Amino acid sequence: MPTVVRCRSVVCLLGGFPALAGLDLDVDAGEVVLLSGPNGAGKTTLLRMLAGLVPVVRGEAVVLGADLRTDRRRHRHLVGFVGHDSGAYDDLTVRENLRLWARLRGRAATCADETLGWAGLGPCADMPAARLSAGQRRRLALAGASLVVPSLLLLDEPHAGLDDAGRALVDDLVGVTAAAGGTVLLASHERDRVRPLARREVHVAGGRAFPVREVVGAAP
Amino acid sequence: MSGPVNAGLPLWREAALVAAKDLRIETRARVTSGQVLPFALVVVLLFAFALDPDRGLLGRVAPGLFWVTVLLAALLAVGRSVAVEQAAGVRDQALLAGLDGTGVFLGKVAAVTVELAVLEVVLGATMVVLYDVQVTGGAVLAAAALPATAGIAATGTLYAGLASGTRMRDTLLPLLVLPVTSPVLLGATRAFEDALDGAAGDAWGWVALLWVFALFAVAAGMLAFGALWEDGGA
Repeated sequence: MPTVVRCRSVVCLLGGFPALAGLDLDVDAGEVVLLSGPNGAGKTTLLRMLAGLVPVVRGEAVVLGADLRTDRRRHRHLVGFVGHDSGAYDDLTVRENLRLWARLRGRAATCADETLGWAGLGPCADMPAARLSAGQRRRLALAGASLVVPSLLLLDEPHAGLDDAGRALVDDLVGVTAAAGGTVLLASHERDRVRPLARREVHVAGGRAFPVREVVGAAP
Repeated sequence: MSGPVNAGLPLWREAALVAAKDLRIETRARVTSGQVLPFALVVVLLFAFALDPDRGLLGRVAPGLFWVTVLLAALLAVGRSVAVEQAAGVRDQALLAGLDGTGVFLGKVAAVTVELAVLEVVLGATMVVLYDVQVTGGAVLAAAALPATAGIAATGTLYAGLASGTRMRDTLLPLLVLPVTSPVLLGATRAFEDALDGAAGDAWGWVALLWVFALFAVAAGMLAFGALWEDGGA
């Protein structure tokens, strides 16, 4: 299996504080990895660093063949990322946001309309994003990530704020990505929910990653 | 539900998407019509009150007052244009979609130029009525207004991107933009004065200056805005 993520002694700063402090991590293609750890451990910064959204101050980080020390942009179009925020423009409707994201990713607008149905956002498609509930905003973020099948899918607390149907969307997104040969990293406190999806678990604490020996998941 | 990833769009397509998005947001939020335009009209009215009852003086200084008002209104427009990208997670989505900072800059400049052009038409009509200005040399007025507006939009967008990464962005933006755009204020005012005085032939030198400024401002923005966008300054 080719290595999709290779990190060696990676340091990333967050407001001058080393949110990642010498992190080592290897992830192979097709793996589904659960990132566990307490609040403030560095999980979110790790995911944002892998997406090329946070600069690497020291160490080596190669993601999908791109050296993040020298080029954080080259691999971004291959990455799907669902963070804490939906990333939607409040004054645009749900449909307009999705269509914009689809067009920016070189997809047809009709693709966005299909995604609306998948995410269960049809009834609020023409509602401004500002009026969505927290769960609906999370669904919108998932819909945005599902517009393409990424080579690397990064999910930060993807189940938070979702009802059962919404949680099933997360599982579906992970399953589709993994089935297509993509790699998935999920940061979550809901280990019981995520464990069946993941092949292995990495514990993040103090800005470093520690492998959990137990093989956890039943994912392919 | 999904398809293969795309490596990226041509720059012009990115700029067009950003411009269309910004104009749609402004239409929906009504910041230009509800805040920027009323602000500009109030400024014009205040000048009229301050200089009244000498309507002859108002007519003579109308070009300068017009461009000072446009500059002040532009500060609101560019501030708002960059602020919509500061909402939580918005920039992340755009970066991951492969949106290039240069495309963002060009799109925002285009959208702000359109907004300011609408404002200038309303402002001009108001000044014709309030200041008793006789409009002549329409071609020169248009030839000067286009590069002046684009130059203000480009300079304002670049500095709004720079200031957005700081805590004192609201006070920093005018301090940065107003001195740098003084050539626009000078050139556009002189071109308008010549046109309104019936000496349109004298205005073309100023129009040329405005084009040089606009091209320089757009080029500088294309070079610099990408770094601001990438590092979260924009």
